[in-house]
Amino acid sequence: MAWLIVLPLGWASLAFLLGPGRGAVAAIIGLAAQLWLVADLAAAVSAAGARTHAVGGWGAPLGIDLAADGLSVVMLLLMQAVALPLAVYARAYFAPGADESRYFWPMTGFLVAAANALFLSADLFNLYVALELLGLAAVGLVAAGGGAPQLAAALRYLLATLVGSGAYLLGVAALYGTYGTVSIATLTPLLAAGQAPALVWIAGGAMLAGLAVKTALFPFHFWLPPAHGGAPAPVSALLSGLVVKASFYLILRLWLGPLGELAAAAPGAGWLLALLGSAAILWGSFQAIRAAHLKMLIAYSTVAQLGYLFLIFPLLAAPSAAQAGVMHVFAHGFAKAAMFAAAGALIRATGQDTVAGLAGLAERLPLTLFAFGLAGLTLMGLPPSAGFLAKWQLIEAALAQGYWFVAVVVLAGGLLAAFYVLRVLRQAFLSAPAAGALRPVPRTLEWTAFALAAASVLLGFRGVDLLALLAAGGAP
Amino acid sequence: MTSGLIFACAGAAVFALGVAGVMLIAHLLRRVLAFNLMGSGAFLVLVGLGQRAGVPDPVPQAMVLTGIVVAVAATALALALMRRLHAATGRAELPPAGDDD
Repeated sequence: MAWLIVLPLGWASLAFLLGPGRGAVAAIIGLAAQLWLVADLAAAVSAAGARTHAVGGWGAPLGIDLAADGLSVVMLLLMQAVALPLAVYARAYFAPGADESRYFWPMTGFLVAAANALFLSADLFNLYVALELLGLAAVGLVAAGGGAPQLAAALRYLLATLVGSGAYLLGVAALYGTYGTVSIATLTPLLAAGQAPALVWIAGGAMLAGLAVKTALFPFHFWLPPAHGGAPAPVSALLSGLVVKASFYLILRLWLGPLGELAAAAPGAGWLLALLGSAAILWGSFQAIRAAHLKMLIAYSTVAQLGYLFLIFPLLAAPSAAQAGVMHVFAHGFAKAAMFAAAGALIRATGQDTVAGLAGLAERLPLTLFAFGLAGLTLMGLPPSAGFLAKWQLIEAALAQGYWFVAVVVLAGGLLAAFYVLRVLRQAFLSAPAAGALRPVPRTLEWTAFALAAASVLLGFRGVDLLALLAAGGAP
Repeated sequence: MTSGLIFACAGAAVFALGVAGVMLIAHLLRRVLAFNLMGSGAFLVLVGLGQRAGVPDPVPQAMVLTGIVVAVAATALALALMRRLHAATGRAELPPAGDDD
């Protein structure tokens, strides 16, 4: 289990020592090994339930415990399964010696290590450290774009993420002051046992607010579009597909664990998150429909898709709500990575990134456009994609509890997604005279984008296995 | 009111000042300093509440040490980015948020 953290740290350091722009092969081999380790861990968890590992042989009160249950394994699986094709993509995307790829490999390694540590952590303070490391690595990747807009986006992202994790840390401090422990497993029964003092309520609110900033929940989404839209394509794919999901994972983990009792006592909190999520769906989709630049369109689509994740909180009484959330995390992770990858190939070919400039590309880059369309299928939630499965379960959970307006928001969001996806495709299928010669695109770019998109659709057929893995180890 | 509680209340106030600074100040260096203030406030809460009957608890102190390391790294990253931005634009402030594009 600890290897999942040590291995990426190892290849990241190796890439750093090799020098700027090097280390791609080590990263790909490392990620493949990690994928195998996660598969192994998944088999162990589904056979024998949740696993814990005492790092260095020191047990929980003194040392640090790593724990893996169904939810962590599912997130680990997503992380490695998306990062591996993206590493192959990035290797072909960055021209040798390109300035923007100087520190891509070490940063990616630290990012993957931090995310894996986050998914495996069993105490709140360790989670804080992993969260902060993840944020710093992500900011470094955004800044690697080099230009002034990227630097400004990176700084804005950094300040937002620091305020978010600061609020989380304040919450952890208050919880430790009240209960004298930060272990999730110990805190959960303590919080459930009796009337929580006011300090604990403040702590829970601070933690949730901080994490909502980091997950770019409307209206805290201001940092996301410039950061994700301005970074190089492989970076945008990593950030949009994976990094924002890490803080969502933490919210879900807290909501199902220690803060569950508080959430049950104050149903308004869940509804507030769902309301902001609905606003995010509508606002993000609206901005995506009117965005002039392709990557901004995809970044705003991320804002909208993150909104769905928050719709589940008032519905968690039904088990299918948590399943819908995780399924949507998966579907969106693959689809958004595929979309940014396809956008990167399109930008590479045309040399510009406006939506209007895509006219007539469907004949010239059919595979990339097909990948974009497949990923769009998942975002719209059409069968048989994983996105359909997620929305189906979400609507089912909403209707079973009589909240039909949640179902309306979900359906409206799917319709709006169709608008912005078809806007791109329509432009590409215009039989316009091709403006200028296209630069050749490495085949690897097109095929990895296609593989990610196909995975997001075909995952719909394996959804049951995924949910079985989620239920293993007793998480939700 | 015990001394620990005084520390914790002061920490909360310092934290709030820091958050306000990060959000409201335009100059980047002052925003970075405000972030450090925010971190110090959280650490003060952690140490202040972590006292049991006047006896300091070592666990929050270890946490604060870890937190200081993280804060130093974040500050260094922020300062490096700020210098690059200053070299690129000649200003030590973020450009006004673009109109969504």
